[in-house]
Amino acid sequence: MKTALRFAALVLLAAFLAACARDVREEPTAPEPPPPPPPPVEEVERLDARDFSDPRNLDNPDSLLSQRTIYFEFDRSNVRAEFRPIIDAHATYIQANPSARVILEGHTDERGSREYNLGLGERRGNSVQDLLVAAGVASRQIEVVSFGEERPVCRESNEDCWQRNRRTEIVYTAR
Amino acid sequence: MYSTEKSNSCSASTGSPFLPGLILLVLLAFPLLASAQLRIEIVDGVEGAMPIAVVPFAWDSELPEPATGVAEIISANLARSGLFEPMAEGQMIEQPVRPPEVRFGTWRLLRVDHLVIGRVIDSPDGVGQEIEYHLLDVHSGRILLSQALSVSPGDLRFGAHRVSDAVYESLIGVPGAFATRIAYVVVSDIGGDDELFELVVADADGFNPQTVVRNTQPILSPAWSPDGRRLAYVSFATGRSNVIVQDLFTGQTEIVSSSRGINGAPAWSPDGERLAVSLSQAGSPDVWVIDLNNGRRQQLTHHWSINTEPEWSPDGERIYFTSDRAGRPQIHVMGTDGSNLQRVTFDGRYNAGASIGLEERFLAVVHSDGDNDFRVAIFDRENERMRVLSNGRLDESPSFAPNGSMVLYAARENGRGVLAAVSADGRIRQRLVASEGDVREPAWSPMIR
Repeated sequence: MKTALRFAALVLLAAFLAACARDVREEPTAPEPPPPPPPPVEEVERLDARDFSDPRNLDNPDSLLSQRTIYFEFDRSNVRAEFRPIIDAHATYIQANPSARVILEGHTDERGSREYNLGLGERRGNSVQDLLVAAGVASRQIEVVSFGEERPVCRESNEDCWQRNRRTEIVYTAR
Repeated sequence: MYSTEKSNSCSASTGSPFLPGLILLVLLAFPLLASAQLRIEIVDGVEGAMPIAVVPFAWDSELPEPATGVAEIISANLARSGLFEPMAEGQMIEQPVRPPEVRFGTWRLLRVDHLVIGRVIDSPDGVGQEIEYHLLDVHSGRILLSQALSVSPGDLRFGAHRVSDAVYESLIGVPGAFATRIAYVVVSDIGGDDELFELVVADADGFNPQTVVRNTQPILSPAWSPDGRRLAYVSFATGRSNVIVQDLFTGQTEIVSSSRGINGAPAWSPDGERLAVSLSQAGSPDVWVIDLNNGRRQQLTHHWSINTEPEWSPDGERIYFTSDRAGRPQIHVMGTDGSNLQRVTFDGRYNAGASIGLEERFLAVVHSDGDNDFRVAIFDRENERMRVLSNGRLDESPSFAPNGSMVLYAARENGRGVLAAVSADGRIRQRLVASEGDVREPAWSPMIR
């Protein structure tokens, strides 16, 4: 009986500590947990960064699937050749994963009128959509939403910033 | 409007009949949040602005006297217009209240052309107050204007704006636009990557700012209904663009359009029955008209290009809009059924976002010759001339005052959005500065009756 009580107390204490530890881990000052050991060689071989049907590659920085932003030139909405491989990779993924859904968010830089920029942002979303559909993706898996100049990622008024803001973001709402 | 209320009388007797000008209640029935106030600074005025003295009004009322008097508000309005040079109160060696008390010789010595005097009394019918005022010509000794204006409780500021309008119209020849309101969007950082978008309405002098709606998703393109009671705007509250109409008195909102794609650029028809919008439900942004009574939609443009920013002509017969069908955005015009489509602007690589002045002769637009400088310009349809009015690099969203005198627009200053105003002839400039946040998307209300 005594042992059982002591055991129960220990369990409670452990649970309490675990709870505390969980809380503490979220504090920015807490020490980082040690990095996970490198995965066995076989697994690296199994996760082929060029296998664009594999959902794990969406988070694999070595895979094109982890790149989801297409950039554009001023007042233009044509996709430059350098971005085609990214779009092709996502086309492969979305086709291979029928439950996947993407929103193509079109954005512009701050220059010019806001409503015209809504139209321009939509064109940029549509350009990416057209390439996805041409590659065989079902249009029901894609939605284009233009934010025009309303959602900049960079807020300074110079060409460096403007370049980063003229973009289409591929946002997965379901993988 | 004022012309019907005005009594031009040469009689100085206090018994002259005052024609009452009733003020519409501007008190809003639904709870609004106070917002950061805009401060208006004059950047440029005109040479030879008219010297005028607005003498402090006598306070013959049971109600407590406000800190800022009626005369002070009128003086500030007239000064802000850039056309008047009001005398400082300290220089007024006499403070007459009624016309018989005025000694014109004194004011001639003080080199004042016109004099405004008056008093605030409790309304004879017991509700609210009245502003009795007189505008006098110092040189001829004539009374140009004598009027009593009823003001609802709490509406004294707006009453002072009404008096300013009447004085302005009497001396300049066009109605004033002081008793109007402006709508604009304020964006503030609220930590992380999050922003707060607030749609604000304020009196035209920046006072009494009130937040109509707020959201962490973008709000843009506010447009006043012709009666000044409702605002149409674009909200991304659902993550997608929707056109909303909100009643400023009841707070009631209605989603007018939430089609697939863009729902943007609302503009009221002059009769307030229809809303022109830009919708991309047919594949690319086209101008549509939505009947607000039955929701019926008509597509006016059918073109793969961007067709947006519709604006109705004052007579409701034509719709101006932005289209890049010729390669770059330019202003076009068509009938309200889409017929007789014509290009309007040819000067410059970029002309968009038109606001139409009083007589459809002048269009205020966002204008650019290159890719880097976007300025507000006025296009004169009569002589086909484009005149650049603003001097920023990222100026946009021009909005004419309802009397056509000034154009309000959005500019960027030290990385922050500010509002600015410039007179239609470019001579008078104002800055409207908020204490915090990024201010953009101004829309000047129609005349509020």
